[in-house]
Amino acid sequence: MTDDVTFRVFRGEPDEEGVPTGEMVDYTVEMDEGMVVLDVIHRIQAEHAPDLSCRWNCKAGKCGSCSAEVNGKSRLMCMTRMEDIMEETPENTPVVVKPMQAFPLTKDLVSDVQWAYDLNKTIPPLKGPDEMDWKFDQIEADRVQEFRSCIECMLCVNTCHVMREHQLFDEFAGPRFFVRLANLEMHPMDEENRLEMIKDDYGIGYCNITRCCTDVCPAGINITDNAIIPLKERLVTEYYDPIAMIAKKIGLR
Amino acid sequence: MSEDYTTHEYDVVIIGAGGAGLRAAIEATRAGASVAVICKSMLGKAHTVMAEGGAAAALANKDPRDSWQTHFRDTMKGGKYLNDWRMAEIHAKESPDRIRELEQWGAIFDRTPDGLTNQRNFGGHTYPRLAHIGDATGLELIRTLQERGIHTGMEVFMEYTVRHLFKTDGRLSGCFAYNRVDGSLHVFKAKTTVLATGGITRCWAVCSGSWEYTGEGHALAYWVGAEMGDMEFVQFHPTGMIWPPSVRGILVTEGVRGEGGMLTNSEGERFMFNYVPEMYRDEFADTKDEAMDWVNSIVADETPTARRPPELLTRDVVAKAINSEKEAGRASKHGGAYLNISWRPEEQVKKKLPGMYHQFKELAAVDITKEPMEVGPTAHYVMGGVKVNPITQESTIPGLYAAGEVATGLHGANRLGGNSLSDLLTFGKLAGQYAAEAAAGVEDFADIDAIEIERVVEETLAPLSREGGENPAKVVEDLRNMMQEKVGIIRQGHQLLEALDDLEAFRKREEVTSPGGTRIYNPGWHQALEIGAMIDISKMCALAALAREESRGGHTRLDFPTPNHKHWGKINSVIVLNTAGDMELSHVKYPPITDNLKELLDADDLHEEEE
Repeated sequence: MTDDVTFRVFRGEPDEEGVPTGEMVDYTVEMDEGMVVLDVIHRIQAEHAPDLSCRWNCKAGKCGSCSAEVNGKSRLMCMTRMEDIMEETPENTPVVVKPMQAFPLTKDLVSDVQWAYDLNKTIPPLKGPDEMDWKFDQIEADRVQEFRSCIECMLCVNTCHVMREHQLFDEFAGPRFFVRLANLEMHPMDEENRLEMIKDDYGIGYCNITRCCTDVCPAGINITDNAIIPLKERLVTEYYDPIAMIAKKIGLR
Repeated sequence: MSEDYTTHEYDVVIIGAGGAGLRAAIEATRAGASVAVICKSMLGKAHTVMAEGGAAAALANKDPRDSWQTHFRDTMKGGKYLNDWRMAEIHAKESPDRIRELEQWGAIFDRTPDGLTNQRNFGGHTYPRLAHIGDATGLELIRTLQERGIHTGMEVFMEYTVRHLFKTDGRLSGCFAYNRVDGSLHVFKAKTTVLATGGITRCWAVCSGSWEYTGEGHALAYWVGAEMGDMEFVQFHPTGMIWPPSVRGILVTEGVRGEGGMLTNSEGERFMFNYVPEMYRDEFADTKDEAMDWVNSIVADETPTARRPPELLTRDVVAKAINSEKEAGRASKHGGAYLNISWRPEEQVKKKLPGMYHQFKELAAVDITKEPMEVGPTAHYVMGGVKVNPITQESTIPGLYAAGEVATGLHGANRLGGNSLSDLLTFGKLAGQYAAEAAAGVEDFADIDAIEIERVVEETLAPLSREGGENPAKVVEDLRNMMQEKVGIIRQGHQLLEALDDLEAFRKREEVTSPGGTRIYNPGWHQALEIGAMIDISKMCALAALAREESRGGHTRLDFPTPNHKHWGKINSVIVLNTAGDMELSHVKYPPITDNLKELLDADDLHEEEE
């Protein structure tokens, strides 16, 4: 397999109002066996455009840096094989690569994800017993370990319509941070309660369970079913369960 | 001054936000210091995230026979006795607490049946010792430290690259950095500075490192006059991916072998039985049956009585064995060896090694639960680095500290798997603690020479105004190929000499690269600025390798194939930038080991009769 491939890549920067301004530029390079999308981007940098901006680190799906939209789909460029891309791309059509569209643009394929770092700071950390050597079983660990496998690539946030269409970054924590909150809330030793924040500050009610986030998660986390829905259920029990409300009123809870 | 820069002031500036940097930041803020963390990537993406197998600590949760004494002995033996024994002692004693506290900060390690942190077997460790979460332990470490760190008040300067360290009256006084995103320039004044910049393995064509591993931390310390030790010792991890070409070098965790993975050659032979070194002969199985007994005990969660399979020999031994099989014409289809874990039930493989399953499936279209992997050596870790005080982690430059891969001492001639994660926690903590303590004793920020700042600014911006030169990517590619060929896993005197000449030619090419573009997020410009460090690091490695006329651990000479215990087995290389501006090499000894620690070591290994 030594065919040429043409990539149509977004090149540009935000203007003074922050609106992405630029153009789609075509680059044609040779393709070797087993290449991933990120390899092609690197070849474009090496042969045509040294200043083409793109974030990457581990090139093995572990760090979540090289998130982008390839042929309109949110993916990690390092884990997307060209073989699959060529299969889905119509013949004589370039492969289209754009930065994540939900986030503000930095330049070319790089997005500004500062929002995520700011939001993370607002989440109350784990609070467990002071004694070391906590005891809990693997079965309890399993549930939380699924959430711990998040690589913070933000592809879920990029795909979520609450963020992408409605830009509710100030009112909604987005799938990544519901995974984080579920991790803390379901931690076998945690004593903190974050339910009120999940309801009010993090706006979990905006999620209408379309599962788009789960579909794009490169770590395979079942975000909707295992993180978001259980958190919603806890909120219902805490705030909206009529029997529990009565029980609370008469002092049974 | 034609170019603007911003000046910042912090008690402690930490360069690098991997495990060592974040652990140092947590400790320094706890001591009340104002702390800046400067990192090339975004927070949580540093190289530590790629660590897989686990963090070694003698918790003795899995095998009650384990102790700090055995961990100390294993570390020294694996390092072929060139370790700083004082650091090996501190590491063995303190790493259990460093792991245990992570749990309280949110880490969820895999559990034993008793509900405690589980531990897995790894090369060179006598007992199961590695706390882990599947094969994504690095992610767990970095996320845990990140989540702890963001609530400590540390300031993080993400996507900044440090170019230069400043000294004022012989003491470290700050650093210069540029912001990779907007190209802005920054001077950080600091009372103390901690280097936690990781490694250098990007200097080789086949490596497990990311773009960050260009060795700027090592170079910064060298340029400012710090002593650099053991730079000839580079660990080639035996199992990197080798096919397809685009994934060459990506790490395959030693955990595969810890879970019973077997290495075979093209003839189907389990060749590691033929490569057990004399010093390890008593500890490893010599038949397939005995090796299988051991594996069966591990799978059944029982304490094994059989000796370990030879696949679990130290990394230097296994990497050289795979290389030798290839030289003998018995390589796998694409020039490596086969590594097979598919004999274990599919569900167990997926639970214990989810990352490996995913990685091979996605990148190589290989299902490791059904067929063997193909693996070969990949440049993975540098044992050498900044020489530090074993307790305070201060370098030979007052006010400059180093911890993690950028420092040297703990690992000697070869690092044991799992010891780097415990290294960066143990010594990251100490570096942060002592850097904060020293900063508290410094009254004012020192003045930094304005002319020196102006010179660094000029150098930093120079590539952008050059025209008609090479693409920096091409220079880097050629440099990496040269190092792979001439300063690789097997070295020879004449090739090392050639490498030293070649490096001077690369310096000329580096001076005229022209990346084009602007200061805004320009990878070509960033790469043009990295090459200088890569050249000096490569030169240190070649120079120290040329001098060491023996084979030991991560340094193998075809022209001197055996270890020389009498001479080279007792001295460590030191490189320093001398006042004439030249790279100067010498050799030194650590102070003699105390008797009580010496008793823990294998007397036969020490070759004292030869002194």
